[in-house]
Amino acid sequence: MMRNFIFLIAFCLTNSLSSVKANLAYITNEKDNTVSVIDIKKKKVVNTVKVGQRPRGIIMSNDGKLVLICASDDDRVEVREAETLKLKYLLPSGPDPELFIFSPKNDVLYIANEDDAMVTVVDMKDKMIIDDIPVGVEPEGMGLTNNGKILVNTSETTNMAHFIDTETLEIVENVLVDARPRVAMFTPDDGEVWVSAEIGGTVKVINPNSKEVTHTIGFEIPGVNEESIQPVGVRHTKDGKYTFVALGPANRIAVVDQKTKELIKYLLVGQRVWQLALTPDEKTLLSTNGVSNDVSIINVKKLKVEKSVKVGRFPWGVVISPN
Amino acid sequence: MNLKIFYNIFFILLINFSLIVDARELSIKQLQERKKADLERKKERDKRGKKAFQKEITIKNKIAFISKERETPPVLSNLDPIIEDEGFYGVKLAIEDNLTTGRFVGHDYMAEFHRILLKEDLNTEFEKLIKRGIKFFIVDLNEDELLSLMLIPEIKDVIVFNVRAKNDSLRNENCKKNFFHIPPSYSILSDALTQYLVKKKWKKWFLVTGPDKNDKLYSDALKKSAKKFNVKIKEEKIWDFTADLRRTAGKEVPIFTKVAKYDVLVVADEDGEFGEYLVYRTWDPRPVVGTQGLKPTSWHRTHEQWGATQMQNRFRRESGRWMTEVDYHAWTAVRALGETITRAQSNDVKKVQKYLLSDKFGLGAYKGVKVSFRSWNGQLRQPILLAAPRSMVSVSPQEGYIHPLSELDTLGKDKPESTCKF
Repeated sequence: MMRNFIFLIAFCLTNSLSSVKANLAYITNEKDNTVSVIDIKKKKVVNTVKVGQRPRGIIMSNDGKLVLICASDDDRVEVREAETLKLKYLLPSGPDPELFIFSPKNDVLYIANEDDAMVTVVDMKDKMIIDDIPVGVEPEGMGLTNNGKILVNTSETTNMAHFIDTETLEIVENVLVDARPRVAMFTPDDGEVWVSAEIGGTVKVINPNSKEVTHTIGFEIPGVNEESIQPVGVRHTKDGKYTFVALGPANRIAVVDQKTKELIKYLLVGQRVWQLALTPDEKTLLSTNGVSNDVSIINVKKLKVEKSVKVGRFPWGVVISPN
Repeated sequence: MNLKIFYNIFFILLINFSLIVDARELSIKQLQERKKADLERKKERDKRGKKAFQKEITIKNKIAFISKERETPPVLSNLDPIIEDEGFYGVKLAIEDNLTTGRFVGHDYMAEFHRILLKEDLNTEFEKLIKRGIKFFIVDLNEDELLSLMLIPEIKDVIVFNVRAKNDSLRNENCKKNFFHIPPSYSILSDALTQYLVKKKWKKWFLVTGPDKNDKLYSDALKKSAKKFNVKIKEEKIWDFTADLRRTAGKEVPIFTKVAKYDVLVVADEDGEFGEYLVYRTWDPRPVVGTQGLKPTSWHRTHEQWGATQMQNRFRRESGRWMTEVDYHAWTAVRALGETITRAQSNDVKKVQKYLLSDKFGLGAYKGVKVSFRSWNGQLRQPILLAAPRSMVSVSPQEGYIHPLSELDTLGKDKPESTCKF
């Protein structure tokens, strides 16, 4: 019985430790049904909170007050207070939400429903589904222009990037990319959208105006077989210098020159690296390493991995507070 | 007072534990709810009058799925229901996947399902379908039936995907350029298993072979793998009990398995007539692997990596049961066809055949790496799952087996060993 008491006290303590706000990263642990909170300065986990089943995609509101989590197996999106991670309310999401993206003003949420070949559009004010857009099979990646006018969704089994007009909520064009596209990310100037293809092993750069593929970036790592190079997460720095591409079971992040598309360096991180996030000052990059159950913290200036922090089982998504 | 505290803590713990429970496969009920929600959403969408994106159809594709009525074999286990619709839902889901892609590129897909009855002649029925102009066939047939199909003169003008037979002969001396083999061959399965057993250093085997023809073929493949990977077969026995051992296995198996020292019992019992009886009943405490126990396979219900959860959920939502190997093979075949037609922008038989065998072809099939066809014999190149009944133990090829082209080609007969001549 005593042991149970200690367990309870420990449980309460961890819940109350989340008062520091700045420099926090939130990580969804897919197999643990938890979110780990990392203090990036201290480079350690400061809180772990139970959330809905199979948490994957995670984003924050512009003001840094809300954390949104796709609880895939609960078929809903959880909206939690950033500070305490207390559940505020649930959003309807359609079945199996995987990844999502906010409109620039945070008034609309676009959700990819992996099990359902659908992008669900949710009005944040009324907390209601206002539309759903049939897309390819197993939709996942979501990219949006700065003005919020063009949404790009990728479908993993259909192997396409669907360009959606957010005013009419209709597909305007479909671009065939390589096998199993996972992430779509517009460059800071909206001039390009980069689409990673996990099984294809490439990143396609698409011109959003002409909808043509302008570059195909491949990766070659000595000593790593081609099949385990599986690009997933993509992050551009705002200064237009670097693009980081997480390479899955190759256990590396590729650093690509955003302008020339040439490879600069490979950073060795944990096992099966998927999603990435940059701090607001872009000095630090975080990666979720699913199989080694940790998060790598990378110094962007030095292009060096500084530390790996143990989190829950199968860390999937990561978001960093904007303030 | 004490009791009150106890109850409070008890309930708090109970609540905590219920929160701690791991993510599990969704129940059929949950999946049905999803399906219901889907239909409701569709209704609402229709009400709003919005249409899904649809490009004008320029290519129409018809695929035929052929299976055969069979005499029901005696069942060993009372647990597993006999599945009458193997392959059907695999094709259905893949057609839906192809249609979704097709909507965006202007391609249409349709499947026909034919079951050849016991009293009907396979070749006659097949010829009728070829005459009707069907070009693509997914066939759930065994080796002899496939060999018989090869005798039809017009067969050369169509593409056939084998989704059941694992026989090596179909990929070697009896190969045909327009026959594609989705199931891993016996030699691929035996190599996949052997690589793992070598890694475990379980290199002394007791090989038990069943009475059927395919048991013998699997067993032969295992012997070749043993030679290839330097494993010793310490003892070899043929299982020829004909009685149902459900009540007597406890007496028979220990005596049968009282042999020289070995590390692992490897069993070849394709129809599951006795293999399950060996587990936990051997004279020495040894694991059972092969067709029972730890099993090399292309698909298994414990598989949840690399997006497989999505496939398992979608399949169970449609069918109300777990996906079998044949279902997975059928799905892969139809998807391979769809992927080819999408990329090649044509459904011309010769063009499709060429693209499938080329190194341009690659398909995501929930295996972590792309699957493709071996250009020299039309065998699907794929990772092999090593599954125990309730856990995924490993995936072959094992680390360290390297190959200049693809590590997947360390499994089965590689190009130099193949006797297939197109």
